[in-house]
Amino acid sequence: MDWINAIVQGTLLGGLYALFAAGLSLIFGVMRLVNIAHGDLIVLAAYLGLTLSTALGIHPLLALGLVVPIMALLGYALQRGILNHTLGDDILPPLLVTFGLSVILQNGLLEIYSADPQKLQAGAIETASLRLGELALGYLPLLMFAASVAIIAALQWMFYHTALGRAFRATSDRQDVAQLMGLNRAHVFGLAMALALAVTAVAGVFLGIRTSFDPSIGGGRLIFGFEAVIIGGLGNIWGTLAGGVILGIGQSLGAQINPGWQVLAGHLVFLAIIAIRPRGLFPRMDG
Amino acid sequence: MGELLKLEAVRRAYGAVVVADAQSWSLAEGEALGVIGPNGAGKTSMFNLITGTLNPQSGRIYFAGQDITDWPAARRCRAGMARSFQVPQPFGGMTVYENALVAATQGAGARGARAEAICLDVLARTGLMPKANARAGSLTLLERKRLELARALCTQPRLLLLDEIAGGLTDGECHSLVQTIRDVRATGVSIIWIEHVVHALLAVVDRLIVVDFGRLIADGAPQAIMASREVREIYLGLDADV
Repeated sequence: MDWINAIVQGTLLGGLYALFAAGLSLIFGVMRLVNIAHGDLIVLAAYLGLTLSTALGIHPLLALGLVVPIMALLGYALQRGILNHTLGDDILPPLLVTFGLSVILQNGLLEIYSADPQKLQAGAIETASLRLGELALGYLPLLMFAASVAIIAALQWMFYHTALGRAFRATSDRQDVAQLMGLNRAHVFGLAMALALAVTAVAGVFLGIRTSFDPSIGGGRLIFGFEAVIIGGLGNIWGTLAGGVILGIGQSLGAQINPGWQVLAGHLVFLAIIAIRPRGLFPRMDG
Repeated sequence: MGELLKLEAVRRAYGAVVVADAQSWSLAEGEALGVIGPNGAGKTSMFNLITGTLNPQSGRIYFAGQDITDWPAARRCRAGMARSFQVPQPFGGMTVYENALVAATQGAGARGARAEAICLDVLARTGLMPKANARAGSLTLLERKRLELARALCTQPRLLLLDEIAGGLTDGECHSLVQTIRDVRATGVSIIWIEHVVHALLAVVDRLIVVDFGRLIADGAPQAIMASREVREIYLGLDADV
């Protein structure tokens, strides 16, 4: 029963990892930008949730109503103001600039909030759970998982059924030709980053409710996000959800064996999968 | 007829290789202009300069009376120019219809039912309707060439730039493509067409320019140009007495 429980809890955790990954995957897919600061942006969203929920005295999940638009605006400004200028034939400048951004964010947060671990207080819902036989499923993890699946479904729908989604896919296929079809690259990239950071905002607030956080944990979240994207296969958003879930289950089973092995077990699962399927489990079909 | 496109002393070089050498010429609204010249003469570079993929080092480019020299490619497209590529460049992961839809929404600024209507009309005119839901990456060469044309037309251009769209096609395929282009022209769209398949070109254009080493070496009525000795020597590589 403990093992089944571990798998179920791992699956629910995987939803959160998929949210970490979705923003990363979107940014890479549309503009071939590897965002090293992604983990720190997740942490920034968690702190933003903390400040807003304490300042306004509202529930952290309600604070999402503000965190999401703020992060989206920040994303658009960041892309148009800085990141667009780093994109070109050379992949090094965006890596360096986002690495620098990561350092700035970490130290900025450290300066403002100190290194003390913080947590978002979600109240009674944190301990409430649904009993299924011997399994106890927390309402909060269930809610977060459902939200993750809904967000990923919405992203998938957006890609295939809206003008913006088609603009993203066209740019992803052939950036130069897309511009000759009248597509304003700078704006489309700004929108992609805005959308990615809106998803990141949700991920950050969920993270802050689930566990305690401090300014230094961004790097680890970035790695989990990367692993989920790669396990699922680049360019496949449902694959990203699967990747997150597989990573979550791996970590959860590792922790079941020995509490110290949680993160290690996740990395081992990731290594095993790329050793067998270097392009991930569900790579995009077209070349 | 007013002037639709005007190049003024446009120059672009890569080191010692000059792809556009002080080119000055213009295109009247509604005109169909053919461009010929040997490989590497700077024909495709001319298109890149006009559409904004490449910036001139000096000189100005005007479109519909406006100086567009400093405009980015996307803005030029929305102002009414569209091109096809010699090597087709479809959005391979998207369907034919979606390829058209991107052009109609982004290039022509159409939304909803209007965008749909543009796409369906263009796909019908270019014979791609049966392939509307096929993934663009799975098309044959002829279909890809037609998609190049369809996507350009979906942006609702005033000026259509065709880059060797008839190359590599069989005679029959070429004939039907020429018919499609003639129909496009009949709707009032101005055309500049780079083509090695001269008989296809001559079936459509009413003026011909010859380019070599980035320079315009001839400009005039197609029959006169094709009969000129200089063109036959340089372009066709024929001996003078043939």
